[in-house]
Amino acid sequence: MSATRSIYMDHAATTPCDPRVVEAMLPYFTEKFGNPGSRNHRFGWEAEEAVDEAREKVAALLGADPKEIIFTSGSTEGNNLAIKGAASIYERAPAGSAGRGHIITATHEHKATLDPCKRLQKEGFDVTFLEPPRDGVITAEMVRGAMREDTILVSIMWANNEIGTINEVPEIGALCHDRGVIFHTDATQWAGKMPTDVEEAKVDLLTLSGHKLYGPKGVGALYVRRRKPRVRLQAMIDGGGQERGFRSGTLNVTGIVGLGKACEIAAAEMGADGARLLALRRRLEQGVTSRLEVTQVNGHAERRLPHIANISFGFVEGESLMMAVKEIACSSGSACTSASLEPSYVLKALGVGDELAHSSLRLSLGRWTTEADVDFAVEKIVTSVLKLRELSPLYDMYKEGIDLSKVEWAHH
Amino acid sequence: MAYGPKIIEHYENPRNVGTFGTQKEIKERKDIGVGLVGAPECGDVMQLQLKVNEKGVIEDARFKTFGCGSAIASSSLATEWIKGRTLDEAEALKNTQIVEELSLPPVKIHCSVLAEDAVRAAIADYRRKNGLEAPAGQDAHAAPAHG
Ligand SMILES: Cc1ncc(COP(=O)(O)O)c(C=O)c1O
Repeated sequence: MSATRSIYMDHAATTPCDPRVVEAMLPYFTEKFGNPGSRNHRFGWEAEEAVDEAREKVAALLGADPKEIIFTSGSTEGNNLAIKGAASIYERAPAGSAGRGHIITATHEHKATLDPCKRLQKEGFDVTFLEPPRDGVITAEMVRGAMREDTILVSIMWANNEIGTINEVPEIGALCHDRGVIFHTDATQWAGKMPTDVEEAKVDLLTLSGHKLYGPKGVGALYVRRRKPRVRLQAMIDGGGQERGFRSGTLNVTGIVGLGKACEIAAAEMGADGARLLALRRRLEQGVTSRLEVTQVNGHAERRLPHIANISFGFVEGESLMMAVKEIACSSGSACTSASLEPSYVLKALGVGDELAHSSLRLSLGRWTTEADVDFAVEKIVTSVLKLRELSPLYDMYKEGIDLSKVEWAHH
Repeated sequence: MAYGPKIIEHYENPRNVGTFGTQKEIKERKDIGVGLVGAPECGDVMQLQLKVNEKGVIEDARFKTFGCGSAIASSSLATEWIKGRTLDEAEALKNTQIVEELSLPPVKIHCSVLAEDAVRAAIADYRRKNGLEAPAGQDAHAAPAHG
């Protein structure tokens, strides 16, 4: 076997740490190891200073005030804290209304949003799961249509992790602001890649994660609005009262320093990075679709992140395709679902036909992806799909003009 | 999915890939039985074609599979095993033999079941075309209607 080359195209799952991030972190493991909670000595002050500085950098990336940033362990925790924490503060006392309050989210959100919402549903909240249209974009009109008297919280991600589509976040923010409804957005895939301004977008709560923006794993941030309105949250982790009581526990100083540095770099370089990635993504998508029939790029044609491509291939199955393109590290469906036999629930939610949803690749590019990488990937994908189609009875039927939807399949 | 070497080997060099003609042509041919099992929305579809001679022996076999690496390997292996066998012998093929030979992981057992189903379906199709008794009757290969 000649699996010499291996190309990483799974930056939506995680990114490598930028060496500048690692360098910034190193002293905080050894020399500057203090606990920022230690108020009586240099070690503590040093660590606190580093945390403050990181907080400023994260805030600057979002157009927020440093006081509005809470450090977390990542976006799963951030989403849980935002959604459950807001629900338990803003729940409607059942004065007239039967339920505890109404929450709006969408079926193609990340599990870290869906599952907290489902838990709240079990605990007596009403949840509307908006169904995205084929282009995957949740609009303010859709949210408006689902709003009720007792709506307390809207949680709609800024950009989708599987297909990269960008929802109408500023418009949804304006709507929620008008109605006095708390608005949370999971910006895990968006932040650090695209310009973000929480004031302009009228976001109340925003989640981001270090390892998606060239920072370390196990650290993230939650933005919590302090003015107009001052958003309150019920803490999930109680203890020493760190992070103004929102999130107790000794701060992950090294991680936080890394996150700060990653945000600083992102703010400075996202313009150039984004333009380069968009050109590469288009090269990839066009390279593949121009050479293969019955192949589609999923999600809205324009409203998409520059670095995520999700392509479906008719008549070939996803896992065998992954095996065929093993030199390309990418995912079929999302990282957490590709272990199961289920087709991607996100693509299903978009109404992508099952046989297409079974065979799609998410290719997500990053800071160090080159044009040569993209060209290699195009070649590899095209030849693999052609090879698998040679093996596919479905492709034969298609070629013979048989309508696959009319075949009586023997379900087992 | 970390696969064993035998699965990978069959996946990379599948045996007996192909068909004996288009769907329409195959329908007319009495010496060929076709099994088409699975469904696209379940993620695997296997098509197995058997070419049976006057003695009721499977002379040749072809497959095409839409499915994961295990499904492709299972069908590839099945075609290898049934070539040269009588219909009755082929019908005795058990999915567990495929599981064992390929060391299929537990989540992939269904691929071997599908391969077994495909073999049975193809044999049944051949028998139907030729008006033969289904169960392991003594006359199963006595009077092939083609020739
Ligand atoms: C949109 C989205 N939300 C949440 C998460 C979870 O983030 P973390 O790994 O930081 O917990 C991810 C990453 O998988 C994501 O892509």
